[in-house]
Amino acid sequence: MIMPVILWTDALVFLLVAVVLTFALYARSKPHLRAPWRHVLGSRMASASIVILLAYVVIGLLDSLHYRAPLENNGASDEVHYGVEVLSVLDYLLEPLHTRTEKTYSAPFATHLYTRETIQHPDGSQTREYPRLTWGGRHLADPEADFRSDILVRVATACLQALLLSGLLLLLLGFWLARRTQYTPGHAIRSILAGRTRTPLRVILLTLGLLLLLFCLALNLSTAYHVFGTDKVGQDVFYQTLKSIRTGLVIGTLTTLVMLPFAILMGILAGYARGWIDDLIQYIYYVANHPEKFETALERADIRLLFLCIILGITSWTGLCRLLRGESLKLRESEYIKAAVALGVSHAKVITRHILPNVMHIVLITVVLDFSGLVLAEAVLSYVGVGVDPTMNSWGNMINSARLEMAREPVVWWSLLSAFLFMFTLVLAANLFSDAVRDAFDPRLHQR
Amino acid sequence: MSQPLIKLQDLSVRIGYGERAIRPVDGVSFEINRGETFALLGESGCGKSMTALSILRLLPQPAGRITGGHVYLDGEDLTALPEIEMRRIRGRRVAMIFQEPMTSLNPVLSIGDQIGESLRQHHQMKGRAARERVLELLDAVGIPDVQRRYDEYPHQLSGGMKQRVMIAIALAGEPDLLIADEPTTALDVTIQAQVLELLQKIQRETHMAIMLITHDLGIVAGMVDRVAVMYAGQLVEEASRNRFFADAGHPYSQRLFESLPDVGKREHALRTIPGFVPALDHDFRGCRFAERCDQAWDHCHTHAPSWRIETGDHHHVRCHLADENVIAPPRSTTTEKILRHAASSHGNGEALLDVSDLQVHFPIHKGVFKRVVGHVYAVDGISLSIPRGQTQALVGESGCGKTTAGMGILQLLRPTGGSVHFDGIELTGLRGERLRRRRSDFQFIFQDPYSSMNPRMRVGDIVEEGMIAQGIGKSRQARRQRVEELFTHVGLSPEHVQRYPHEFSGGQRQRICIARALAVDPRLVVCDEPTSALDVSVQAQILNLLKQLQNELGLSYLFITHNLSVVAYLADRVAVMYLGRIVEEGPVAEVLERPLHPYTRALISAIPQVEPDSRREVIRLEGDMPSPSNPPSGCHFHPRCPSAMPECRERYPEESASSGHRVRCFLYD
Repeated sequence: MIMPVILWTDALVFLLVAVVLTFALYARSKPHLRAPWRHVLGSRMASASIVILLAYVVIGLLDSLHYRAPLENNGASDEVHYGVEVLSVLDYLLEPLHTRTEKTYSAPFATHLYTRETIQHPDGSQTREYPRLTWGGRHLADPEADFRSDILVRVATACLQALLLSGLLLLLLGFWLARRTQYTPGHAIRSILAGRTRTPLRVILLTLGLLLLLFCLALNLSTAYHVFGTDKVGQDVFYQTLKSIRTGLVIGTLTTLVMLPFAILMGILAGYARGWIDDLIQYIYYVANHPEKFETALERADIRLLFLCIILGITSWTGLCRLLRGESLKLRESEYIKAAVALGVSHAKVITRHILPNVMHIVLITVVLDFSGLVLAEAVLSYVGVGVDPTMNSWGNMINSARLEMAREPVVWWSLLSAFLFMFTLVLAANLFSDAVRDAFDPRLHQR
Repeated sequence: MSQPLIKLQDLSVRIGYGERAIRPVDGVSFEINRGETFALLGESGCGKSMTALSILRLLPQPAGRITGGHVYLDGEDLTALPEIEMRRIRGRRVAMIFQEPMTSLNPVLSIGDQIGESLRQHHQMKGRAARERVLELLDAVGIPDVQRRYDEYPHQLSGGMKQRVMIAIALAGEPDLLIADEPTTALDVTIQAQVLELLQKIQRETHMAIMLITHDLGIVAGMVDRVAVMYAGQLVEEASRNRFFADAGHPYSQRLFESLPDVGKREHALRTIPGFVPALDHDFRGCRFAERCDQAWDHCHTHAPSWRIETGDHHHVRCHLADENVIAPPRSTTTEKILRHAASSHGNGEALLDVSDLQVHFPIHKGVFKRVVGHVYAVDGISLSIPRGQTQALVGESGCGKTTAGMGILQLLRPTGGSVHFDGIELTGLRGERLRRRRSDFQFIFQDPYSSMNPRMRVGDIVEEGMIAQGIGKSRQARRQRVEELFTHVGLSPEHVQRYPHEFSGGQRQRICIARALAVDPRLVVCDEPTSALDVSVQAQILNLLKQLQNELGLSYLFITHNLSVVAYLADRVAVMYLGRIVEEGPVAEVLERPLHPYTRALISAIPQVEPDSRREVIRLEGDMPSPSNPPSGCHFHPRCPSAMPECRERYPEESASSGHRVRCFLYD
């Protein structure tokens, strides 16, 4: 029996997911909230970004379900002992990547180590050569001869699998659309392929197909090779990159969660109450703006990550707070607020019913825009050594270690490259998505 | 006769593409001769501004375009000219001034430069010559102290001055045609009188043609030669001014006249035009006005009327009633039904609200420590008394503090001094929960129905909110039922409660705002210009509703407005405010017929009259209202007063009263 472990950040991540789902259900019932989201989904760029972001989120969530596996019972007692290592569902899924460690550096798709070693032959002679890897390409009898054909076969298999899965997806989507629109499935599939649907299903399908292809490639190749090579202690870099996704997402979203109560409460209060409360809050944000006992190692690292979120949150709430203060100052003079006051509505009600719903679009836009900035902030902070725990997988730590790897001869480049690739995709998707969100909520761009 | 200066022939404009494209101008033809003033009259959304913009080919890009017809300027077809050639026309041959002088000037250029720009563009004038010409133009539009004003920036000028600068810019090109799009709508009546007089004077001197776009029948009566009435993208009537005012042919024109409030209609409900201007995004089968016309019959809904000339002198009417070939059914007498109002005789003259010496001052803060360096004396000692079931009007120009006074009375702004007695209770002393409980007794209706409702709430919830706050209605069902009753009461369908504010027209929104105020059973309602954002026909609907509610519920109104004809129609007593103080107060008939204070007299004389013949002498007021943060010494009005005496400069006159007519002026001391 496994023992579930709920880390602080896990709890907060799932809280956030619950909040987002509640908001989504709430928005469905309100036409004024639904309309801008329709607009976002109608944009091809945004739809593709959402699919990519969702892929990241799924990996991050899988990595947020932690547990401790029981140790082998030696029969001495009935008490179950648990291992000190906290694993996640993602670790379980990536078991082969996680456990197949080499001795030290190896390049992507390599079958031999990146460094020479002295090898003692049975006849007593010693040579310095690149030894075979323990896991990478170990199924190959003769790497020199079989490598190319093996890769080709695996890529071809992956392509075929991806094509099959995409086709299946298209069929499912077609039937789903047909049920909703009373068309025949054939007609629905044709209109998806011709790009005639209101939500750009064709683009979504293409993006999904691309992701499926990458997934199948990873499935086929990473089980036999280290697709992004290994690091100094022989760990698979691809595995590290995947594990870093959670760190990046947690930083980008939890920081916001920490910041929002501050920013919303103080911002609206400052704008609505004015007077000395306003002065006090303004001074606080001026100032703020210029600014051991753990059971397992992961828990220690987790708390450090949480504190990083809190610190980033405490220093970044001021911008949103200022925006909200300005908007509330404007809104409190608006006639519908005056009318509510004239009706004898209490201040708390005025704030929750009239001001908050009318500033939510600003909150949303800021959150989405800040996300990519925070992911990058984590990388920078970890790079200079004040970020997350050094034992934790994060893109910042990978880049930090790459600092030394880039300086050695011959250069080890794959850590940096894989961290860069994954971070770039996430930040780009987040930025494109936030662009679409901002446009959808900008009243100047599309009049009602 | 020589050819007309400008001639529109079957002009059509579309905005947007496809089925739902809007057709704001749909086959409009008219001509304007040199030296003539031509008015395009109609409600908002009828396509007046789009017609003007399409003459200059300045339609909103990229969606708007001319889809048919021609515009001839001196025989040259403007619709066929390339864009580069149009720049020769714009400003030089045809100039335009816009409604909003506040936003039409570039805030970072001095006004001299902005006028000079036009001279450089059209006359290649530069340097000293240009400066001389700019000074000449500024002088011509009546701006005093031109040498100093030349280097000033728009924010240093008042609204009336800015509109004069706009006119100067338009005149710099020496145009043949000046298009004025509601040039005085954003201005106060006394300033409006100044600007209209200026336009007439310039026209006499330069012999240019003016195309005046307006919704104000008074302005039309005062200064134009010919009138065209526009409705839903088409002209429905065109006539000379005298003909139009004596015998308007189209039912729409007739209804426009009838929906104007005035003192003679006090005892009746105003004739209204039901509904509102239709959306212009589809084809019309019959007459476009048929839906709202009380004389329409089957034929009107199925056949579009033609553009007919009625009995010579260029009087065109687009109506089946004017067509001899169409036999109209005999008019039923029910359409003539006019609701008779009982004279408002609720209560027994006992005061519901008693305001004495109310002051609302706003401190001006400066520096790091927000030291108070002065005050804006927005309301500086006003006294009023409103009996039950009666209407007190508060009139004055913008910036005189009338809205602040209304807010101060309802404790939406904390008064600095004075007292407000409501039904025997002193309101200024109430705080927090005790004040909140009393709020159901007095309500506020705002000027702008578009901004006075939370766009994120359903209108049913908006109306219900006050009932929840005041604990009216036991259960949700009971409240819902009352909301639906209120909707029926103010003339809306109860099914509308589930909708959002943006789904309603301006008049409907104002009805919802009235329902919201009524939901808590108030006894006093402060109406802050509730009709000034609405068209004339809709204004009549709202005024009727307010009057009907007063009769049924015995409400007292404090009616804040700048529109004296509304006052004449609705109010029992009127108070005239100038710079934070009431200068004259008395019964409506008394004040409007025999105004005592020089300011009241000027205000009344400045209102454009609908009867073209009965032109009164306009008393011109010089300059603008001074700033309420630094009012003139003595009587606040003396710098602009035509009959100022030496003692007016020294102290503020005391109140002198005779038979309920109070005035504060040394002339009557």
